[in-house]
Amino acid sequence: MPPKLLLNAQQIDILLHRLACQLIEHHGDFSNCVLIGLQPRGVYLLDRLVALLQGEYNINALRQGKLDITFFRDDFRRSEKPHAASSNEMNVPIEGKDIVFIDDVLYTGRSIRAALTAIESYGRPKSIELLNLIDRRFSRDLPIQPDYVGRQIDALQNDKVTVEWTATHKEDAVYLLKDSV
Amino acid sequence: MKTLSVDHLLGIKYLKEDDLHLIFETADHFKEVINRPIKKVPSLRDVTIANLFFENSTRTKLSFELAEKRLSADILNFSAAQSSVKKGETLIDTVNNILAMKVDMVVMRHPNPGAAEFLSKNVDACIVNAGDGTHEHPTQALLDAYSIREKFGEVAGKRIVIVGDILHSRVALSNIFALNMLGAEVKICGPKSLLPKHIESLGVKVEPDLKKALRWCDAANMLRVQNERMDKSYFPSIREYTQLYGLTLPLLQSLRKEITILHPGPMNRGVEISSEVADSDQAIILDQVENGVAIRMAVIYLLASKLIKPQA
Repeated sequence: MPPKLLLNAQQIDILLHRLACQLIEHHGDFSNCVLIGLQPRGVYLLDRLVALLQGEYNINALRQGKLDITFFRDDFRRSEKPHAASSNEMNVPIEGKDIVFIDDVLYTGRSIRAALTAIESYGRPKSIELLNLIDRRFSRDLPIQPDYVGRQIDALQNDKVTVEWTATHKEDAVYLLKDSV
Repeated sequence: MKTLSVDHLLGIKYLKEDDLHLIFETADHFKEVINRPIKKVPSLRDVTIANLFFENSTRTKLSFELAEKRLSADILNFSAAQSSVKKGETLIDTVNNILAMKVDMVVMRHPNPGAAEFLSKNVDACIVNAGDGTHEHPTQALLDAYSIREKFGEVAGKRIVIVGDILHSRVALSNIFALNMLGAEVKICGPKSLLPKHIESLGVKVEPDLKKALRWCDAANMLRVQNERMDKSYFPSIREYTQLYGLTLPLLQSLRKEITILHPGPMNRGVEISSEVADSDQAIILDQVENGVAIRMAVIYLLASKLIKPQA
Protein backbone atom coordinates (compact mmCIF):
# COMPACT_ATOMS: atom_id res chain seq x y z
CA MET A 1 0.00 0.00 0.00
CA PRO A 2 1.45 3.42 -0.92
CA PRO A 3 2.15 5.85 1.93
CA LYS A 4 -0.79 8.07 2.83
CA LEU A 5 -0.07 11.79 2.98
CA LEU A 6 -1.19 13.07 6.39
CA LEU A 7 0.14 16.64 6.19
CA ASN A 8 1.42 18.60 3.21
CA ALA A 9 3.98 21.43 3.25
CA GLN A 10 1.35 24.16 3.65
CA GLN A 11 -0.37 22.40 6.54
CA ILE A 12 2.99 21.85 8.26
CA ASP A 13 3.83 25.52 7.81
CA ILE A 14 0.62 26.54 9.56
CA LEU A 15 1.33 24.10 12.41
CA LEU A 16 4.88 25.41 12.83
CA HIS A 17 3.58 28.98 13.09
CA ARG A 18 1.02 27.94 15.69
CA LEU A 19 3.61 26.01 17.72
CA ALA A 20 6.00 29.00 17.57
CA CYS A 21 3.23 31.31 18.80
CA GLN A 22 2.32 28.93 21.63
CA LEU A 23 5.97 28.85 22.71
CA ILE A 24 6.06 32.68 22.71
CA GLU A 25 2.81 32.73 24.71
CA HIS A 26 4.38 30.53 27.41
CA HIS A 27 7.98 31.67 27.38
CA GLY A 28 7.78 35.36 26.45
CA ASP A 29 11.24 36.58 25.52
CA PHE A 30 12.73 33.09 26.13
CA SER A 31 15.13 34.53 28.74
CA ASN A 32 14.86 31.42 30.94
CA CYS A 33 14.03 28.92 28.22
CA VAL A 34 16.23 26.35 26.46
CA LEU A 35 14.91 24.47 23.43
CA ILE A 36 16.32 20.95 23.24
CA GLY A 37 15.97 18.95 20.01
CA LEU A 38 16.06 15.19 20.51
CA GLN A 39 18.49 13.41 18.21
CA PRO A 40 18.26 12.37 15.50
CA ARG A 41 14.95 13.55 14.03
CA GLY A 42 13.82 16.14 16.57
CA VAL A 43 16.66 18.46 15.59
CA TYR A 44 15.09 19.15 12.17
CA LEU A 45 11.92 20.37 13.90
CA LEU A 46 14.07 22.37 16.33
CA ASP A 47 15.95 24.03 13.45
CA ARG A 48 12.68 24.98 11.74
CA LEU A 49 11.12 26.40 14.90
CA VAL A 50 14.27 28.36 15.71
CA ALA A 51 14.39 29.79 12.17
CA LEU A 52 10.74 30.79 12.49
CA LEU A 53 11.08 32.34 15.95
CA GLN A 54 14.13 34.32 14.88
CA GLY A 55 13.03 35.22 11.36
CA GLU A 56 9.30 35.87 11.73
CA TYR A 57 8.91 36.76 15.41
CA ASN A 58 12.24 38.52 16.12
CA ILE A 59 13.15 36.34 19.11
CA ASN A 60 16.92 36.65 19.04
CA ALA A 61 18.01 35.44 22.47
CA LEU A 62 17.15 31.79 21.85
CA ARG A 63 19.20 29.12 23.55
CA GLN A 64 19.16 25.63 22.12
CA GLY A 65 20.79 22.25 22.42
CA LYS A 66 20.72 18.83 20.80
CA LEU A 67 20.38 15.80 23.07
CA ASP A 68 21.16 12.20 22.13
CA ILE A 69 19.39 9.54 24.18
CA THR A 70 20.94 6.37 22.71
CA PHE A 71 22.80 5.28 25.86
CA PHE A 72 19.72 5.96 27.99
CA ARG A 73 17.28 3.83 25.98
CA ASP A 74 15.54 0.98 27.82
CA ASP A 75 15.78 -1.46 24.90
CA PHE A 76 19.56 -2.06 24.90
CA ARG A 77 20.12 -5.83 24.31
CA ARG A 78 16.40 -6.12 23.53
CA SER A 79 16.25 -4.65 20.04
CA GLU A 80 17.64 -6.66 17.11
CA LYS A 81 20.56 -4.30 16.58
CA PRO A 82 21.92 -1.55 18.82
CA HIS A 83 20.81 1.96 17.90
CA ALA A 84 23.44 4.25 16.37
CA ALA A 85 24.33 7.17 18.59
CA SER A 86 24.22 10.77 17.36
CA SER A 87 26.19 13.73 18.63
CA ASN A 88 25.27 15.72 21.72
CA GLU A 89 25.44 19.48 21.45
CA MET A 90 24.65 20.57 24.96
CA ASN A 91 26.85 23.63 25.27
CA VAL A 92 24.18 25.64 27.05
CA PRO A 93 23.68 25.59 30.83
CA ILE A 94 20.33 24.03 31.81
CA GLU A 95 20.50 24.38 35.60
CA GLY A 96 17.33 26.16 36.74
CA LYS A 97 16.10 26.65 33.16
CA ASP A 98 12.71 25.92 31.60
CA ILE A 99 13.40 23.19 29.06
CA VAL A 100 11.28 22.33 26.05
CA PHE A 101 12.01 18.92 24.52
CA ILE A 102 11.32 18.98 20.79
CA ASP A 103 10.70 15.79 18.80
CA ASP A 104 8.84 15.04 15.59
CA VAL A 105 6.62 12.10 16.57
CA LEU A 106 5.42 11.02 20.04
CA TYR A 107 4.59 7.32 20.02
CA THR A 108 5.23 5.04 23.03
CA GLY A 109 6.83 7.77 25.14
CA ARG A 110 9.94 5.66 25.82
CA SER A 111 12.28 8.06 24.01
CA ILE A 112 10.99 10.89 26.17
CA ARG A 113 11.50 8.76 29.30
CA ALA A 114 15.12 8.25 28.17
CA ALA A 115 15.49 11.98 27.47
CA LEU A 116 14.23 12.85 30.96
CA THR A 117 17.06 10.72 32.38
CA ALA A 118 19.68 11.87 29.87
CA ILE A 119 19.09 15.56 30.55
CA GLU A 120 20.00 14.99 34.22
CA SER A 121 23.62 14.47 33.13
CA TYR A 122 23.81 18.18 32.40
CA GLY A 123 22.08 19.65 35.45
CA ARG A 124 18.70 20.12 37.15
CA PRO A 125 16.26 22.15 35.06
CA LYS A 126 13.43 24.12 36.68
CA SER A 127 10.84 22.50 34.44
CA ILE A 128 10.60 20.34 31.33
CA GLU A 129 7.87 20.56 28.68
CA LEU A 130 7.35 18.50 25.55
CA LEU A 131 6.59 19.70 22.02
CA ASN A 132 5.70 17.27 19.22
CA LEU A 133 4.67 17.83 15.64
CA ILE A 134 2.70 14.55 15.63
CA ASP A 135 1.09 12.83 18.61
CA ARG A 136 0.15 9.21 17.95
CA ARG A 137 -2.57 9.11 20.57
CA PHE A 138 -3.77 5.92 22.31
CA SER A 139 -0.35 4.29 21.77
CA ARG A 140 1.56 5.31 24.88
CA ASP A 141 3.45 2.75 27.01
CA LEU A 142 4.23 5.31 29.70
CA PRO A 143 2.33 8.17 31.38
CA ILE A 144 3.84 10.88 29.16
CA GLN A 145 1.81 13.56 27.34
CA PRO A 146 2.92 16.50 25.19
CA ASP A 147 2.43 20.16 26.18
CA TYR A 148 2.44 21.46 22.59
CA VAL A 149 1.06 19.34 19.72
CA GLY A 150 0.97 20.01 16.01
CA ARG A 151 -1.55 17.31 15.09
CA GLN A 152 -2.98 14.28 16.87
CA ILE A 153 -3.37 11.19 14.71
CA ASP A 154 -4.68 7.66 15.13
CA ALA A 155 -2.47 4.90 13.78
CA LEU A 156 -2.32 1.17 14.40
CA GLN A 157 0.53 -0.33 16.39
CA ASN A 158 2.59 -1.57 13.43
CA ASP A 159 1.97 1.46 11.22
CA LYS A 160 4.80 3.91 10.68
CA VAL A 161 4.57 7.68 10.72
CA THR A 162 7.41 9.47 8.95
CA VAL A 163 8.13 13.18 8.90
CA GLU A 164 10.10 14.54 5.94
CA TRP A 165 11.76 17.96 5.95
CA THR A 166 13.10 20.08 3.11
CA ALA A 167 16.52 19.79 4.82
CA THR A 168 16.61 16.10 3.87
CA HIS A 169 13.80 15.59 1.35
CA LYS A 170 12.15 17.38 -1.56
CA GLU A 171 9.55 19.08 0.61
CA ASP A 172 7.94 19.04 4.04
CA ALA A 173 5.45 16.18 4.44
CA VAL A 174 4.10 13.69 6.98
CA TYR A 175 3.21 10.20 5.76
CA LEU A 176 1.45 7.22 7.26
CA LEU A 177 2.83 3.86 6.14
CA LYS A 178 0.35 1.07 6.79
CA ASP A 179 1.71 -2.25 7.96
CA SER A 180 1.50 -4.49 4.87
CA VAL A 181 1.09 -7.77 6.84
CA MET B 1 23.57 0.43 13.55
CA LYS B 2 26.45 -1.85 12.59
CA THR B 3 27.67 -4.47 15.04
CA LEU B 4 31.08 -6.02 15.66
CA SER B 5 32.01 -9.05 13.55
CA VAL B 6 33.20 -10.87 16.71
CA ASP B 7 31.59 -11.99 19.98
CA HIS B 8 34.81 -11.64 22.01
CA LEU B 9 37.72 -9.22 21.88
CA LEU B 10 40.66 -11.61 21.87
CA GLY B 11 43.09 -9.67 19.71
CA ILE B 12 43.26 -7.11 16.93
CA LYS B 13 44.11 -9.83 14.41
CA TYR B 14 40.58 -11.28 14.77
CA LEU B 15 38.95 -7.93 13.92
CA LYS B 16 38.13 -6.33 10.58
CA GLU B 17 38.83 -2.74 9.60
CA ASP B 18 35.11 -1.91 9.88
CA ASP B 19 35.17 -3.11 13.50
CA LEU B 20 37.95 -0.65 14.30
CA HIS B 21 36.04 2.25 12.75
CA LEU B 22 32.86 1.24 14.58
CA ILE B 23 34.75 1.13 17.90
CA PHE B 24 36.29 4.56 17.21
CA GLU B 25 32.94 6.14 16.26
CA THR B 26 31.32 4.70 19.38
CA ALA B 27 34.26 5.90 21.48
CA ASP B 28 33.73 9.44 20.12
CA HIS B 29 30.29 9.43 21.75
CA PHE B 30 31.60 7.99 25.02
CA LYS B 31 34.38 10.57 25.13
CA GLU B 32 31.64 13.22 25.17
CA VAL B 33 29.85 11.26 27.93
CA ILE B 34 32.92 11.18 30.20
CA ASN B 35 33.31 14.93 29.86
CA ARG B 36 29.77 15.69 31.07
CA PRO B 37 29.03 16.91 34.60
CA ILE B 38 27.54 13.45 35.25
CA LYS B 39 29.77 10.96 33.47
CA LYS B 40 27.55 7.91 33.50
CA VAL B 41 24.99 6.22 31.26
CA PRO B 42 22.63 3.39 32.30
CA SER B 43 23.09 1.11 29.25
CA LEU B 44 24.67 -1.88 31.04
CA ARG B 45 22.73 -1.80 34.29
CA ASP B 46 21.70 -5.43 33.85
CA VAL B 47 25.15 -6.69 32.86
CA THR B 48 27.71 -8.13 35.29
CA ILE B 49 31.40 -8.08 34.41
CA ALA B 50 34.25 -9.88 36.15
CA ASN B 51 37.73 -8.37 35.91
CA LEU B 52 40.19 -11.24 36.24
CA PHE B 53 43.76 -10.06 36.61
CA PHE B 54 46.25 -12.90 36.84
CA GLU B 55 49.07 -10.42 36.28
CA ASN B 56 49.81 -7.03 37.78
CA SER B 57 48.19 -4.00 36.23
CA THR B 58 47.43 -0.49 37.36
CA ARG B 59 46.11 1.64 34.55
CA THR B 60 44.48 -1.07 32.44
CA LYS B 61 42.61 -2.44 35.45
CA LEU B 62 41.52 1.02 36.61
CA SER B 63 40.59 2.01 33.08
CA PHE B 64 38.42 -1.09 32.53
CA GLU B 65 36.85 -0.68 35.96
CA LEU B 66 36.01 2.95 35.32
CA ALA B 67 34.67 2.19 31.83
CA GLU B 68 32.39 -0.51 33.29
CA LYS B 69 31.19 1.79 36.06
CA ARG B 70 30.51 4.61 33.60
CA LEU B 71 28.26 2.17 31.71
CA SER B 72 26.48 1.21 34.98
CA ALA B 73 27.58 -2.46 34.87
CA ASP B 74 27.95 -4.44 38.08
CA ILE B 75 31.55 -5.52 38.50
CA LEU B 76 33.60 -8.14 40.33
CA ASN B 77 37.32 -7.67 40.76
CA PHE B 78 39.64 -10.60 41.08
CA SER B 79 43.39 -10.68 41.32
CA ALA B 80 45.36 -13.87 41.30
CA ALA B 81 47.48 -12.93 44.29
CA GLN B 82 44.54 -13.31 46.70
CA SER B 83 42.80 -16.23 45.03
CA SER B 84 42.50 -20.00 44.97
CA VAL B 85 44.72 -20.02 41.89
CA LYS B 86 47.52 -20.16 44.43
CA LYS B 87 45.94 -23.34 45.79
CA GLY B 88 46.17 -25.06 42.39
CA GLU B 89 42.78 -24.33 40.80
CA THR B 90 42.76 -24.44 36.98
CA LEU B 91 41.85 -21.40 34.89
CA ILE B 92 38.66 -23.00 33.54
CA ASP B 93 37.51 -24.00 37.04
CA THR B 94 38.23 -20.52 38.40
CA VAL B 95 36.30 -18.85 35.61
CA ASN B 96 33.40 -21.32 35.66
CA ASN B 97 33.02 -20.75 39.40
CA ILE B 98 32.81 -17.03 38.77
CA LEU B 99 30.35 -17.54 35.91
CA ALA B 100 28.15 -19.65 38.21
CA MET B 101 27.53 -16.38 40.02
CA LYS B 102 25.73 -15.18 36.82
CA VAL B 103 28.48 -13.11 35.25
CA ASP B 104 27.96 -12.05 31.61
CA MET B 105 31.39 -10.84 30.59
CA VAL B 106 34.98 -11.54 31.60
CA VAL B 107 37.84 -9.07 31.21
CA MET B 108 41.05 -11.02 31.67
CA ARG B 109 44.75 -10.31 31.88
CA HIS B 110 46.93 -13.40 32.00
CA PRO B 111 50.70 -14.05 31.73
CA ASN B 112 50.23 -16.87 29.19
CA PRO B 113 49.89 -15.98 25.50
CA GLY B 114 46.63 -17.40 24.13
CA ALA B 115 44.91 -17.54 27.53
CA ALA B 116 42.00 -15.36 26.38
CA GLU B 117 41.36 -17.44 23.25
CA PHE B 118 41.62 -20.66 25.28
CA LEU B 119 39.04 -19.30 27.72
CA SER B 120 36.67 -18.19 24.96
CA LYS B 121 36.58 -21.76 23.64
CA ASN B 122 36.02 -23.37 27.01
CA VAL B 123 33.61 -21.19 28.96
CA ASP B 124 30.25 -19.66 28.15
CA ALA B 125 30.85 -15.92 28.49
CA CYS B 126 32.00 -12.96 26.46
CA ILE B 127 35.77 -12.58 26.86
CA VAL B 128 37.75 -9.35 26.61
CA ASN B 129 41.51 -9.75 26.46
CA ALA B 130 43.20 -7.19 28.68
CA GLY B 131 46.65 -8.52 27.77
CA ASP B 132 47.79 -12.14 27.39
CA GLY B 133 51.53 -12.54 28.00
CA THR B 134 53.61 -11.38 25.06
CA HIS B 135 50.74 -11.97 22.61
CA GLU B 136 48.14 -9.16 22.32
CA HIS B 137 46.76 -6.19 24.22
CA PRO B 138 43.96 -5.15 21.90
CA THR B 139 42.40 -2.30 23.88
CA GLN B 140 45.82 -0.62 24.22
CA ALA B 141 46.33 -0.77 20.45
CA LEU B 142 42.81 0.58 19.90
CA LEU B 143 43.39 3.53 22.22
CA ASP B 144 46.81 4.21 20.67
CA ALA B 145 45.32 4.24 17.15
CA TYR B 146 42.35 6.28 18.40
CA SER B 147 44.73 8.86 19.92
CA ILE B 148 46.65 9.05 16.62
CA ARG B 149 43.32 9.48 14.77
CA GLU B 150 42.34 12.23 17.21
CA LYS B 151 45.66 14.02 16.74
CA PHE B 152 45.93 13.74 12.95
CA GLY B 153 42.31 13.31 11.86
CA GLU B 154 42.99 9.85 10.44
CA VAL B 155 45.44 6.99 10.78
CA ALA B 156 45.69 6.03 7.10
CA GLY B 157 48.90 7.22 5.49
CA LYS B 158 50.53 8.26 8.77
CA ARG B 159 54.05 7.11 9.56
CA ILE B 160 54.33 5.48 12.96
CA VAL B 161 57.48 4.11 14.58
CA ILE B 162 57.33 1.73 17.52
CA VAL B 163 60.52 1.94 19.58
CA GLY B 164 61.97 -0.42 22.16
CA ASP B 165 61.34 -3.92 23.43
CA ILE B 166 59.29 -5.33 20.55
CA LEU B 167 60.16 -8.94 21.43
CA HIS B 168 58.34 -8.97 24.77
CA SER B 169 55.65 -6.45 23.91
CA ARG B 170 52.01 -7.39 23.39
CA VAL B 171 51.40 -3.68 22.85
CA ALA B 172 53.75 -3.72 19.84
CA LEU B 173 52.09 -6.74 18.22
CA SER B 174 48.54 -5.39 18.66
CA ASN B 175 49.69 -1.95 17.47
CA ILE B 176 51.24 -3.43 14.33
CA PHE B 177 48.01 -5.29 13.50
CA ALA B 178 45.82 -2.23 14.16
CA LEU B 179 47.98 0.35 12.38
CA ASN B 180 48.47 -1.88 9.33
CA MET B 181 44.73 -2.56 9.16
CA LEU B 182 44.03 1.19 9.25
CA GLY B 183 46.52 1.91 6.47
CA ALA B 184 49.39 3.48 8.41
CA GLU B 185 53.05 2.87 7.55
CA VAL B 186 54.79 1.17 10.45
CA LYS B 187 58.48 0.90 11.32
CA ILE B 188 59.97 -0.68 14.39
CA CYS B 189 63.18 0.38 16.07
CA GLY B 190 65.19 -1.19 18.86
CA PRO B 191 68.23 -3.28 19.69
CA LYS B 192 68.46 -6.33 17.43
CA SER B 193 68.24 -8.63 20.42
CA LEU B 194 64.78 -7.18 21.24
CA LEU B 195 63.34 -7.47 17.72
CA PRO B 196 61.63 -10.76 16.85
CA LYS B 197 63.07 -12.64 13.86
CA HIS B 198 60.97 -12.38 10.67
CA ILE B 199 59.05 -9.38 12.08
CA GLU B 200 59.02 -7.95 8.53
CA SER B 201 56.55 -10.68 7.60
CA LEU B 202 53.94 -8.69 9.55
CA GLY B 203 54.29 -5.85 7.05
CA VAL B 204 56.61 -3.57 9.03
CA LYS B 205 60.08 -2.29 8.28
CA VAL B 206 63.00 -2.35 10.69
CA GLU B 207 65.02 0.82 11.30
CA PRO B 208 67.84 0.23 13.78
CA ASP B 209 68.82 3.93 14.00
CA LEU B 210 66.51 5.85 16.35
CA LYS B 211 67.31 9.27 14.90
CA LYS B 212 66.55 8.13 11.34
CA ALA B 213 63.34 6.49 12.53
CA LEU B 214 62.21 9.64 14.30
CA ARG B 215 63.02 11.83 11.29
CA TRP B 216 60.88 9.53 9.15
CA CYS B 217 57.83 9.32 11.40
CA ASP B 218 54.77 11.42 12.28
CA ALA B 219 54.37 9.74 15.65
CA ALA B 220 56.59 7.57 17.84
CA ASN B 221 55.28 5.01 20.32
CA MET B 222 57.97 4.54 22.99
CA LEU B 223 57.71 1.12 24.66
CA ARG B 224 58.96 0.14 28.07
CA VAL B 225 61.80 -2.34 28.49
CA GLN B 226 60.03 -5.31 30.08
CA ASN B 227 62.63 -6.52 32.54
CA GLU B 228 60.11 -8.83 34.19
CA ARG B 229 59.77 -10.90 31.00
CA MET B 230 63.52 -11.17 30.34
CA ASP B 231 65.03 -14.50 31.29
CA LYS B 232 68.49 -13.41 30.17
CA SER B 233 70.36 -10.24 29.37
CA TYR B 234 69.31 -8.71 26.03
CA PHE B 235 71.56 -5.65 26.08
CA PRO B 236 74.75 -4.75 27.96
CA SER B 237 73.33 -2.08 30.27
CA ILE B 238 70.36 0.22 30.83
CA ARG B 239 72.76 3.13 30.31
CA GLU B 240 73.72 1.89 26.86
CA TYR B 241 70.08 1.25 25.97
CA THR B 242 69.20 4.80 27.00
CA GLN B 243 72.03 6.25 24.95
CA LEU B 244 70.96 4.41 21.80
CA TYR B 245 67.18 4.14 22.17
CA GLY B 246 66.16 6.66 24.81
CA LEU B 247 64.16 9.67 23.60
CA THR B 248 65.60 12.89 25.03
CA LEU B 249 64.72 16.53 24.49
CA PRO B 250 67.97 17.36 22.59
CA LEU B 251 67.25 14.44 20.24
CA LEU B 252 63.65 15.58 19.75
CA GLN B 253 64.74 19.16 19.05
CA SER B 254 67.43 18.03 16.61
CA LEU B 255 64.73 16.54 14.30
CA ARG B 256 63.70 20.00 13.00
CA LYS B 257 60.10 18.73 12.77
CA GLU B 258 57.38 18.19 15.31
CA ILE B 259 56.49 14.59 15.97
CA THR B 260 53.88 13.21 18.37
CA ILE B 261 55.03 11.01 21.25
CA LEU B 262 52.98 8.12 22.63
CA HIS B 263 53.77 5.83 25.54
CA PRO B 264 51.53 3.00 26.76
CA GLY B 265 52.84 3.29 30.32
CA PRO B 266 54.14 2.64 32.84
CA MET B 267 57.02 4.92 31.89
CA ASN B 268 60.57 4.36 32.99
CA ARG B 269 61.53 8.02 33.05
CA GLY B 270 65.16 8.42 32.13
CA VAL B 271 65.32 5.04 30.35
CA GLU B 272 63.21 4.92 27.15
CA ILE B 273 61.90 8.47 27.56
CA SER B 274 63.27 11.46 29.43
CA SER B 275 61.11 13.48 31.80
CA GLU B 276 61.32 16.59 29.61
CA VAL B 277 59.95 14.66 26.62
CA ALA B 278 57.26 12.88 28.64
CA ASP B 279 56.01 16.21 30.00
CA SER B 280 56.37 18.12 26.71
CA ASP B 281 53.50 19.38 24.54
CA GLN B 282 54.41 16.83 21.91
CA ALA B 283 53.57 13.93 24.24
CA ILE B 284 49.93 12.77 24.21
CA ILE B 285 50.46 10.24 26.98
CA LEU B 286 47.71 11.57 29.25
CA ASP B 287 45.31 11.89 26.28
CA GLN B 288 45.94 8.19 25.72
CA VAL B 289 44.84 7.47 29.29
CA GLU B 290 41.61 9.47 28.87
CA ASN B 291 40.95 7.86 25.50
CA GLY B 292 41.52 4.45 27.10
CA VAL B 293 38.34 4.81 29.16
CA ALA B 294 36.28 5.88 26.11
CA ILE B 295 37.67 3.02 23.98
CA ARG B 296 37.00 0.42 26.68
CA MET B 297 33.47 1.77 27.13
CA ALA B 298 32.95 1.40 23.38
CA VAL B 299 34.32 -2.17 23.30
CA ILE B 300 32.26 -3.29 26.29
CA TYR B 301 29.10 -1.56 25.01
CA LEU B 302 29.40 -3.10 21.54
CA LEU B 303 30.15 -6.59 22.89
CA ALA B 304 27.36 -6.34 25.48
CA SER B 305 24.89 -5.54 22.70
CA LYS B 306 25.62 -9.03 21.35
CA LEU B 307 25.02 -10.85 24.64
CA ILE B 308 22.01 -13.17 24.89
CA LYS B 309 18.89 -11.06 25.25
CA PRO B 310 17.15 -10.99 28.62
CA GLN B 311 14.20 -13.41 28.74
CA ALA B 312 10.66 -12.07 28.92
